[in-house]
Amino acid sequence: MSAAKLVHGYEVVIGFETHTQLATQSKIFSRASTAFGAEPNTQACAVDLALPGTLPVMNRAAVECAIQLGLALGSHIAPRSVFARKNYFYPDLPKGYQISQFEIPVVQGGAVSFLLDGDAKTVRLVRAHLEEDAGKSLHEDASLGGGGQSGIDLNRAGTPLLEIVTEPDMRSSEEAVAYAKELHKIVTWIGMCDGNMQEGSFRCDANVSVRKPGAPLGTRREIKNLNSFKFMQQAIDYEVRWQIEQIEDGHAIQQATVLFNPETGETRAMRTKEDAADYRYFPDPDLPPLVIAPEWVERVRSEMTELPRAMAERFVRDYGLPEYDAATLTQSKAMAAYFEETAKACGQPKLASNWIMGEVSRRMNADDMDFSHVAQRVSAFQLATLVIRINDNVISNSAARQVFESLWALASNDVTVALTGVGAVGTVGDVDAIIESKGLKQMNDSGELEKIIDEVLAANPKNVEEYKAGNAKALNGLVGPIMKASKGKANPAQVNDLLKKKLG
Amino acid sequence: MNDLHHLGVAELAALLQTKQVSAVEVATRFLAQLGGNPHNAFSDVNSEVTLEQARASDAKLAAGTAGPLEGVPIAHKDVFVTKDFVTTAGSKMLRGYRSPFDATVVRKLREAGMVTLGKLNCDEFAMGSSNENSAFGAVSNPWETSHVPGGSSGGSAAAVAARLTPAATGTDTGGSIRQPAAFCGITGIKPTYGRASRYGMVAFASSLDQAGPMARSAEDCALLLSAMCGPDVDRDSTSLDIAATDYARDLERPLARAGKDGGPLKIGFPRAWWGGSEEETEWLDGMAAAPSHLRQWETWPKINGALQSLVDLGAKVFPVTLNKPELAIPVYYIVACAEASSNLSRFDGVKFGHRAAQYGDLLDMYQKTRSEGFGNEVKRRIMTGAYVLSHGYYDAYYLQAQKIRRMIADDFQRAFAECDVIAGPVAPTTAWKLGEKADDPVANYLADIFTLPASLAGLPCMSVPVGFDEAGMPVGLQLIGNYLDEARLLNVAHQFQLAHSEFHNAQPGSLA
Amino acid sequence: MPLTPADISRIAKLARLELAPVEHEEMLNKINAFFSIVEQIEGVNTEGVEPMAHPVDAMQGSGPMALRLRPDLASEPNDREANQRSAPAVERGLFLVPKVIE
Repeated sequence: MSAAKLVHGYEVVIGFETHTQLATQSKIFSRASTAFGAEPNTQACAVDLALPGTLPVMNRAAVECAIQLGLALGSHIAPRSVFARKNYFYPDLPKGYQISQFEIPVVQGGAVSFLLDGDAKTVRLVRAHLEEDAGKSLHEDASLGGGGQSGIDLNRAGTPLLEIVTEPDMRSSEEAVAYAKELHKIVTWIGMCDGNMQEGSFRCDANVSVRKPGAPLGTRREIKNLNSFKFMQQAIDYEVRWQIEQIEDGHAIQQATVLFNPETGETRAMRTKEDAADYRYFPDPDLPPLVIAPEWVERVRSEMTELPRAMAERFVRDYGLPEYDAATLTQSKAMAAYFEETAKACGQPKLASNWIMGEVSRRMNADDMDFSHVAQRVSAFQLATLVIRINDNVISNSAARQVFESLWALASNDVTVALTGVGAVGTVGDVDAIIESKGLKQMNDSGELEKIIDEVLAANPKNVEEYKAGNAKALNGLVGPIMKASKGKANPAQVNDLLKKKLG
Repeated sequence: MNDLHHLGVAELAALLQTKQVSAVEVATRFLAQLGGNPHNAFSDVNSEVTLEQARASDAKLAAGTAGPLEGVPIAHKDVFVTKDFVTTAGSKMLRGYRSPFDATVVRKLREAGMVTLGKLNCDEFAMGSSNENSAFGAVSNPWETSHVPGGSSGGSAAAVAARLTPAATGTDTGGSIRQPAAFCGITGIKPTYGRASRYGMVAFASSLDQAGPMARSAEDCALLLSAMCGPDVDRDSTSLDIAATDYARDLERPLARAGKDGGPLKIGFPRAWWGGSEEETEWLDGMAAAPSHLRQWETWPKINGALQSLVDLGAKVFPVTLNKPELAIPVYYIVACAEASSNLSRFDGVKFGHRAAQYGDLLDMYQKTRSEGFGNEVKRRIMTGAYVLSHGYYDAYYLQAQKIRRMIADDFQRAFAECDVIAGPVAPTTAWKLGEKADDPVANYLADIFTLPASLAGLPCMSVPVGFDEAGMPVGLQLIGNYLDEARLLNVAHQFQLAHSEFHNAQPGSLA
Repeated sequence: MPLTPADISRIAKLARLELAPVEHEEMLNKINAFFSIVEQIEGVNTEGVEPMAHPVDAMQGSGPMALRLRPDLASEPNDREANQRSAPAVERGLFLVPKVIE
């Protein structure tokens, strides 16, 4: 870990607990659906409601998700782990206890590594354990029960969670957010979690404390339910400032759970859950130990998709890309796949990379679009063709941008743009057809170009004089009109050569 | 036939299969028996539902699609949830509760053709050994109505003894089938833990609860057990994935060939349970070494007599060692209470069951609801369980108890290396007077001393009527088998009952 | 060691039970009566003994029981009406409780 940057002479210490909802069809201990947004309690079956006589039966897919994460983060997959009951009363907790893992979790150790401003960072994991999600308490509707009441919806109760717990290895809010983004990328990349933060599929709790360098760990406060990267940074920064002020004012920090209010940008302590301190954990007698055979782990390993870091290294190795390009292109699975397809088709990896990180990303962001939809606008094959034409000097970069624009527009629903795009010419989305119809081909026949140059020279004797007098800049005054006269089809390099020749 | 209600499961099944009597006739006869709810044994009846099931059974009998027990009536302990009958678990907390599903055991018995007469009173959440802890009133013992029927399956035992039903389900966590069966002079068996599904049983102590049949004879129990047991892999993670079997298969085997080795049955009698005097020890070599603290418990003479009859029937009886089986009392109550304190947290007035009428905030709603809904014994066990699991006490109590539990289970395995079954008393005494121990929970706990060890080990065990004390109250012999050895226990009990029909066929004076 | 009145209050709170003074007194006495027979387990040497959480652990041949896993199928139908039939307070499909303050 590189030297921690200090805030007003204090070192910031952050650890994360992230609840990831697992992308399973059914709940962890029942056969009810996990689909989001159903009518209240229509996806809460007898088991989820803890009706008398019901018992839990474990979902195999949830275990498989845990194995995948463990393999992705280099963790130890416990061959035998134990489900325990965490006992406390809360209306959204139907059994009066949460089935979780306590003494022996399924995933142990491991680490998340990422780049932050070019520096490699590593955050160590303590553990990741399987547990069931709670339901939801709804307070907004003041009319409920004639007012003063909360409504309980248990559709979410029993949704499988993997709680991923780190060591207090982060030293700034930037580092914390970078960790969260990297973890988010990994869990969505391997497909164990849909990563939808609005729907609560990826919920982060940050344990924040501050200390003078070298001093023992300070008392931490836990910021709950950070489900946007933006708020995450704001919340941590506010919390850090608040803690430092408290200490500077001579107040000791009290351990507490706090909530971040996006409106005020402040954190406030939650009403402490009574006896939260004594959960009376004990092994759940309804569930024998979870046993994971080595063969199972090996099977999952063999079926695992290539992870982003491995893929980035391969891009550097096989395509000769700079690390920065490789890291950027592996931000999402779709982007990486799009790059490889384009690069293979055009044989110009660096050019393809430039275009994807440049024009494609710019256009995508302008339309506030997810990369998975880019190929529907401009296919990797189309982009590859474009790259080839540029490389063969058939069109200039600026002309290529025009072609790209019309390809993008063509695929959009906006038909009028599409038609003006292709003009009279046939096959929609055919790169060469568009170049043709827009007359964007570069003028590579020097005869025609020399004719234009001669006219321009004749029309601008002054510039010619100045150039001959030794003012190299004067050449630019000539290039401009020539390009204009060629309607941009002239190849600037070729124009320069010819001019220099003529002006000897 | 007017004396249909005196017939057992096997006899009724035979008459029904041969169409000598219809399911509706049988059901009607037993429904008549229930009129006025003798002994307060039943907690809910619904004659429409019962007769509808009976008609369906008659249709199957006519169509030749009948199950093995088609048309035979049964009643269920009120801890089994049922769609068509109210399920209360003997608690105010569940007054009027209707489950949206049937317990697996209830479903399986219906699939075997049995007709449901209703639900049976029991100690609240199966916590008790006298049935005096029911929110719906105590049950009286048909042999002497001033006495308790035992518990927690007291309604089940009383109903079978009083001929209100030929068969009943019970549940046994620490003796709740065996002890009431003994107190009411009927036969009951708790199979190996995991043999019968717990799905749909209102949970008391998850690692101990086990369903079993209660009837008048070992033969009837064998037929019922065969229908009740089997894997429930979709619903109960602790249900054993071992196919159901015909528990009646070995009934006729003489004891002289009932041993694992095909030789004479070897019966081990735990030294620590010896209840005889020094002089009495000759007939059972090695008993002189028996500890004396339990000497002269009331039921000893009948147990002693039963052991000697088993020898006459061709069995060998010899002492075996269980180290300090009395430790089972604290160990059992620590484990059972810990699990119960957690299992009963779901009764919070939010999703189902009782909610206080008057309350302020959420905490107040919880506390008033639970304080009103639970009876005193249940509250004590919840408190005890929460305490042994609470911060700083877990290792000393719960963890230590689970270790001793392992030692107790290992003791049994050592004993079963020498013998085929273990025999002993079910209880030190016969049924006591209503109210006699009502205010002394510890006295009740101590009375479980002989049933708790097998419960902790998860072993199959049963109670067989072997006589009556001076007051005419029934005495039960406990038989404990090794895991999955239910058929051998039933074999032994059946052979005994063939030779001693005077015990299990006797009927309470109250019926005459 | 016997429980104190403070222990009873703490545990009652944990268990969400409200005890009237007389109940509190009786609870203390009866639980302590029970713990008097519990003390005998303290002396038992259990060194190296594996706690037994599931009875079938001891079943010969079976060895420690392993958790059974089910295929990931969402097959439960919406049975809200039947499931809420015995609910104390429901409105628009939601269970009602006194306002939850966080």
